Amino acid sequence: MSKIHVTTSINGDSVEYLCEPDESLLDVLRNHVGLTGAKEGCSTGDCGACSVTLDGRLVCSCLVLGAEAEGREITTIEGMADGDALHPLQRHILEGAALQCGICTPGILIAAKALLEKNPDPSEVEVRYWLAGNLCRCTGYDKIIRAVLNAAAEMRGA
Amino acid sequence: MIMALDQAKKDFKVVGNRMTRPDGIDKVTGRALFGADMSAPGMLHAAILRSPHPHARILNIDVTDALALGGVKAVVTAADFAPQKGAFNQDTLDNCMARGVALYDGHAVAAIAASSPKIAQKALELLKVEYEVLPFVMDVDAAMRADAPVLHAGRKYRNLPEDSAPNVSNHCEFGHGDMDAGFAKADRIIERSFKTAATHQGYIEPHACLATIGADGRGDLWTCTQGHYMVRDFCAAFIGMEASQLRVTASEIGGGFGGKTTVFIEPVALALARKSGRPVKLTMSREEVFRATGPTVSSSTDVKIGITNDGRITAGYANLRYQGGAFPNETMMLGAMTAFAAYDLEAVQTIGWNALTNRPKQASYRAPGAPMAIYTVEAVIDELCQELNLDPLAVRLKNAARKGTKASYGPTFDEIGLVATLEAAQKHPHYSAPLGPNQGRGVACGFWFNFGGNASVSLAINSDGTVAVTEGNPDIGGSRASISMMAAEELGIPYDKVRTIVGDTNAIGFSDVTDGSRVTFVVGLATIKAARGAIKILCTRAAKIWGIDADAVIWEDGAAKPSGHNAGEFPPMTLAEIAKVAHKTGGPIAGHYEANTDGAGVSFGVHLVDVEVDPETGATKILRYTVFQDAGKAINPDYVEGQMQGGAVQGIGWALNEEYIYGDDGRLQNPGFLDYRIPVASDLPMIDTVILEIPNPGHPYGVRGVGETGIVPPLAAVANGVSQAANVRLYELPMSPPRILAAIEGAK
Repeated sequence: MSKIHVTTSINGDSVEYLCEPDESLLDVLRNHVGLTGAKEGCSTGDCGACSVTLDGRLVCSCLVLGAEAEGREITTIEGMADGDALHPLQRHILEGAALQCGICTPGILIAAKALLEKNPDPSEVEVRYWLAGNLCRCTGYDKIIRAVLNAAAEMRGA
Repeated sequence: MIMALDQAKKDFKVVGNRMTRPDGIDKVTGRALFGADMSAPGMLHAAILRSPHPHARILNIDVTDALALGGVKAVVTAADFAPQKGAFNQDTLDNCMARGVALYDGHAVAAIAASSPKIAQKALELLKVEYEVLPFVMDVDAAMRADAPVLHAGRKYRNLPEDSAPNVSNHCEFGHGDMDAGFAKADRIIERSFKTAATHQGYIEPHACLATIGADGRGDLWTCTQGHYMVRDFCAAFIGMEASQLRVTASEIGGGFGGKTTVFIEPVALALARKSGRPVKLTMSREEVFRATGPTVSSSTDVKIGITNDGRITAGYANLRYQGGAFPNETMMLGAMTAFAAYDLEAVQTIGWNALTNRPKQASYRAPGAPMAIYTVEAVIDELCQELNLDPLAVRLKNAARKGTKASYGPTFDEIGLVATLEAAQKHPHYSAPLGPNQGRGVACGFWFNFGGNASVSLAINSDGTVAVTEGNPDIGGSRASISMMAAEELGIPYDKVRTIVGDTNAIGFSDVTDGSRVTFVVGLATIKAARGAIKILCTRAAKIWGIDADAVIWEDGAAKPSGHNAGEFPPMTLAEIAKVAHKTGGPIAGHYEANTDGAGVSFGVHLVDVEVDPETGATKILRYTVFQDAGKAINPDYVEGQMQGGAVQGIGWALNEEYIYGDDGRLQNPGFLDYRIPVASDLPMIDTVILEIPNPGHPYGVRGVGETGIVPPLAAVANGVSQAANVRLYELPMSPPRILAAIEGAK
């Protein structure tokens, strides 16, 4: 089985890699590209720790093949801050103590960003249902939901 | 050693504020390195072959074909590890790699290191294991019968009644007073039997490590663990090397909740690294995490409580039977100790048993043993309150343990916060808010001991006036912030001038595992002592510069000041000013402290929950939740609240959804997050918190541990709420929709 050559864009940079036909995008990012911010919590699409966006759409990178990224645009947690300037979501998660161990945090951030791009003014219930695919075992979600709502308000200029 | 509360300390400048954690930016940008995020040049990938049988003798393992596959570099089995002297060590090792007998579905049988994960997986299929399948037992009550299949035939366990069945491995009794007289005084007695399912800690990060052993025999290990000294000591013993030759570095840890307080894969990775001469990375899949690590015990408990018509408990009895899988454990002892800990009782007796089953070896889970024990007691008290039409908080207040109460497990309580916590719940608007149809309000108390133990801290004053703190406890929920805050508080410098890191096993002295809600308490205490040591040196240096007696210098607001008859004679010298010239006044300035500490200070909590049960589906919705807990002194309130909220939600999952489900074949049927359903964001409301601060007499700032108490009350609180909402009481957890529906139908 020969490897597949893929040219793609990751966080705005053009990237090339070789991957096995059955290798997940998550494994490619972590093992070939050197981006370990997306985490493997289950590899079955249940925990959301590996969340990235593919052409702006939120996906579990463990359920996407590396080969599928050909010609697409991938955004990972490493591409969220603008240099030293944190994204408002990152800042509110950090300042709102909305993380304990931090393993789910990259996935939560990517998912929340995808939500706010679709819906800049979500209700608490909408945030809770959108993030239902991102498991957090530490926080009980309270401070995460508050941080997302606060970041949304700030981004709206409210 | 107990370090007394500093009564004079009231005017905190740093402590008590909501500080941003120092590791936070790395964690929101993806830079933080967890267990699986580390690689090494020339690294191999390991995979573990696991038993498909719940109980089977391993007759032969043929590795020939696997070793012949291109890219396979090493295979290890139990034969590659050193025999252990003590039973505890041998059990821990045998759980990492089955020795002669596979004791549960998922028990490791052999491991392979290969040049790629794919080759390692392929090689597993080429290992030929010959099993003799044996009869198995999964349930605690079944395991305690004399005719049950036996797990460790011929093995003798200590301190057991003579007629104990062969699988009974542990037994204990606690209590005091005349039980017959106590029950004779009761106007109403209720006796009930309960069952709780095994649940998993459910940390989102699977176990992962990277092991290297050089040609000189020296090892390095990177691993996600709650205690890297524990890992070092187990691994060094298992692979037969001296502790000094193995350096263990704790990665950032993606949750543990007690489940990472032992070893599973680390000895295996080291054995493969030694055999192959290459670095070896070993990560578990989620399925492996469920099948072979963690879970807590399942339980079967009989409770009997007597009460007077006006709500005074006259006697309490509990017989607690736990199974914690294939090896002995003492979790039932913690259950028997905590069951009635919240109450001041004249007559109380608890009896604990552990029986061995063909399930994975239990690991600690947040207040191990207590949630399921206190669930049964709090549910019976609630039922008594319902029958006698008594207010559940008033009854708890009437019977509450307080300073001077002889605890059900022996000691006499010092200052404790149960009464204050109950009173706070009583006057909170949540308690009197109206409820709608199919809704109910549940109340329950919780308790945890909290631990102290051993911790090492070194605190260096840098020449630019900043401070480096090195400690030995993996930071599982923001403890580096709390420790920096306590150092800054003592030294009188800003929080951001202190950087706290977790050192590897060679960087700093021994520290116990991050468990028992102990880190902010004991590492904080050691940090305060280390800072006070450094302050003494800083004052001595100032005295030297000023040419006065060191005793005539005090430390105030981050600076040395002359005192007594020298007061005002010299301008104060700040920490930075003294540090800058340290090389001229005697060299580097540092403090250190090695703690071995009692006095952790017990912690109580009270939870209020409103639930709604759908009579059509049996589904329970959590409408409102409030946690009241005594933190002693909340160093960083954000993270104290976080512990209270997180514990409550884990308990909600335990009460409503989570359970290990085994088939008739003894195999785990739900080893994944789809079928083992932990609470998700849309299941929950906000979790409100009320922090009480009743100072712990055993800590200079009054700190009590806060990590574990929060998981204790929810099981009963939710069960008590459901009993009101559904008009029927369940005696088994989880209260999943089918079970609630069956109970509602059965009551019709």
